[in-house]
Amino acid sequence: MVAIQQYAIDVKAVLRDIRTDAAGGIDLFVGTVRNHSGDRPVVRLEYTAYQPMALEIMKQIESEIRSRWPVHKVVIVHRVGTLAVGDVAVVTAVAASHRSEAFEACRFAIERVKADVPIWKKEFGPGETEGEWKANIPLSAGTSGARE
Amino acid sequence: MPSRIIHIVAFGPVRDIVGISDIALELEEPCTGAVAFEALAARYPDLEPWRESVRLAVNRAYAPFDQTLNAGDEVSFLPPVSGG
Repeated sequence: MVAIQQYAIDVKAVLRDIRTDAAGGIDLFVGTVRNHSGDRPVVRLEYTAYQPMALEIMKQIESEIRSRWPVHKVVIVHRVGTLAVGDVAVVTAVAASHRSEAFEACRFAIERVKADVPIWKKEFGPGETEGEWKANIPLSAGTSGARE
Repeated sequence: MPSRIIHIVAFGPVRDIVGISDIALELEEPCTGAVAFEALAARYPDLEPWRESVRLAVNRAYAPFDQTLNAGDEVSFLPPVSGG
């Protein structure tokens, strides 16, 4: 299950959704809004998405996980709009028979979300109205769609 | 020389530079992602610093810059993402 939503992500609801009697392990990653960026204080973030493509890429990530690990359930939810410090921006969750694949697949999910899902965030410090666009630091070069 | 009209959608910092989220762009042959970027950068010179870092998306999927674009394609030059 993948989703992009304007309203707050309910982590308990994700945990309910990911549960299954076949699971021996559930790994759930919660990405939250930090109060700083390097040395700069941060008071809020604005997330914007190329929503239809973002959902497509999230579905692809779920398919890749299912082809690589024997998992029972996958949930990837990202929030968009204005988020305050401490708000949940993203949740990835994987239910598997054993913890090893749950951990690995959940880590894979969040790393792929950060690398490939077309979502952008603007950071705002105290009193700032302009904000600053951020870019995730890629883990590996040669991602698709990039110039050679 | 034949031409075709593609549909550019813009997001994040690229959206800020072009000022609007949708642009109709008429391109002459050969019509590739790379040619479309040149045409867009000619109209919006502030895109120049983004030349090496944008990724191409065609109809909501990542695509190589030498991919041929067809009339009506939804094309986007995506700045480095920052979700999560």
